[in-house]
Amino acid sequence: MDTATFTANNVWMMVCTALVFFMHSGFAFLEIGLTRQKNTINILFKNIFIITVGLLMYFGWGFNLMYPGEFNGWLGFSGFGLDMDPTGATIAYAEGKYTYWTDFLFQGMFAATAGTIVSGAVAERIRIGPFMVFIILYVGLIYPIVGSWQWGEGFLYSLGGDGAGFYDFAGSTLVHSVGGWGALIAIWLLGPRIGKFGEHGKSNAIPGHNIPLATAGVLILWLGWFGFNGGSVLSADPARTSLVLTTTSLAAAAGGVAAFLVSTLAYKTYDLTMFLNGILGGLVGITAGADLMSPNEAVLIGLISGAIVVGGISLIDRLKLDDPVGAVTVHLICGIWGTLTVGIFGAMAGGQQFLYQLSGVAAAGIFCVVSAFVIIYGLKKTVGIRVDRQEELEGLDLHEHGMDSYADFRMNQH
Amino acid sequence: MKKVEAIIRKSKFDEVKKALHEIEVNFFSYWDVTGVGNEKQGHIYRGIAYSTSDIQRRFLVIVVSDNFLDRTVQTLLDSAYTGNVGDGKIVISEVLDVYRIRTRENGQAGID
Repeated sequence: MDTATFTANNVWMMVCTALVFFMHSGFAFLEIGLTRQKNTINILFKNIFIITVGLLMYFGWGFNLMYPGEFNGWLGFSGFGLDMDPTGATIAYAEGKYTYWTDFLFQGMFAATAGTIVSGAVAERIRIGPFMVFIILYVGLIYPIVGSWQWGEGFLYSLGGDGAGFYDFAGSTLVHSVGGWGALIAIWLLGPRIGKFGEHGKSNAIPGHNIPLATAGVLILWLGWFGFNGGSVLSADPARTSLVLTTTSLAAAAGGVAAFLVSTLAYKTYDLTMFLNGILGGLVGITAGADLMSPNEAVLIGLISGAIVVGGISLIDRLKLDDPVGAVTVHLICGIWGTLTVGIFGAMAGGQQFLYQLSGVAAAGIFCVVSAFVIIYGLKKTVGIRVDRQEELEGLDLHEHGMDSYADFRMNQH
Repeated sequence: MKKVEAIIRKSKFDEVKKALHEIEVNFFSYWDVTGVGNEKQGHIYRGIAYSTSDIQRRFLVIVVSDNFLDRTVQTLLDSAYTGNVGDGKIVISEVLDVYRIRTRENGQAGID
């Protein structure tokens, strides 16, 4: 390979790194838009914490926990800090696809996104201290360990012998389900917001305070996905990157339209937030196999994801779990669906592959559920994870932060 | 002097304001309030349909001389009317005194 191609590859990867980084704006805006004004500072604080501390942890040990080199396939670690060998900045490092630094930073941006999934689900009632502890443990340890099983070439990567095994192109399981399981356990242990569920199990709407910002958030996330999936090609290969960007955007559009149609039929109104969640569901659904699917299959996967989103949000609600932003539906349920599509559609479809996909879902599921439970239950029983009643009613911004998110501009207070 | 307080639909405000200016009632204050009453609005949010009688309204306060009271009330009744449930209410109370801050005048001179 010549240096021009090496340069092109690395530039693309760095652009994708920046796009994935920008998704943190998307998450922040979406979460803020779908929750109440009195908790906005708290949500921003959580998101800023995740991207800063998450990246530093990945630098400190996460990268080497996720890519330990030669290891037993379950748990390996190649040392604290970043230790680049002499070929790291050259064409020799990764067959001219990127440098060591690009590798670290691109993967580092992914690590933090798993944490933001949980932050949306626990919004408006979690205490920030325990949340920070949870993130440190979950993004710092759990995420890289699960990642090592596949991308780090651990046991999932070669379930069927060398290189034949579980497949997760950009992280439907490794990122989205990891976040989704954490979110599910968290909202189960945390309980619903005050006023969310009434007598006889009636579910109340708690409308978000800034739908335009939520919409901007979803569009920013879609933009970020150009990098999330586009960069997971791990080179600037024209054929693969352009296919991946196509399948990704088609699935997003199809997911949105399916959610729009299904929710309009079900609820007889044009609900924008369902439309938005459908787009995200489609994006998560295509993430496992964006490089394997034809455009037609991408649209189909997106349509099914969008329909799942509408059903899933309703299901989570009927289980009396309070998920203010639909994180569990979009990231866990669509993450599992997306993972399984690799065995159903596309270039790797087949019974054997489907079983590998199921194994990956199960392995990640068991590990994430158990570890999330241990961490959050432990925090619940020691320091407590939930703000007290008055704090929740008056808002976390005032009580946890002493700050007003819109000090000079206040519309509603409740 | 009388204080006229009116809660009206936000959508009727421009018409009411214009009508008040036409009868030479040029000074009043208003703010946005939430009204609770008989009118219900249907909402949906993420699949949960609910209907609420908490509706955004506009609240006007006008202080008028006694001889302006009738025409003010009639104008309000005409311009804020739609005929649907939720048109609002007008409340009239007695005012003890009115001052103009700039000139320190009070009484009738305070609102002329």
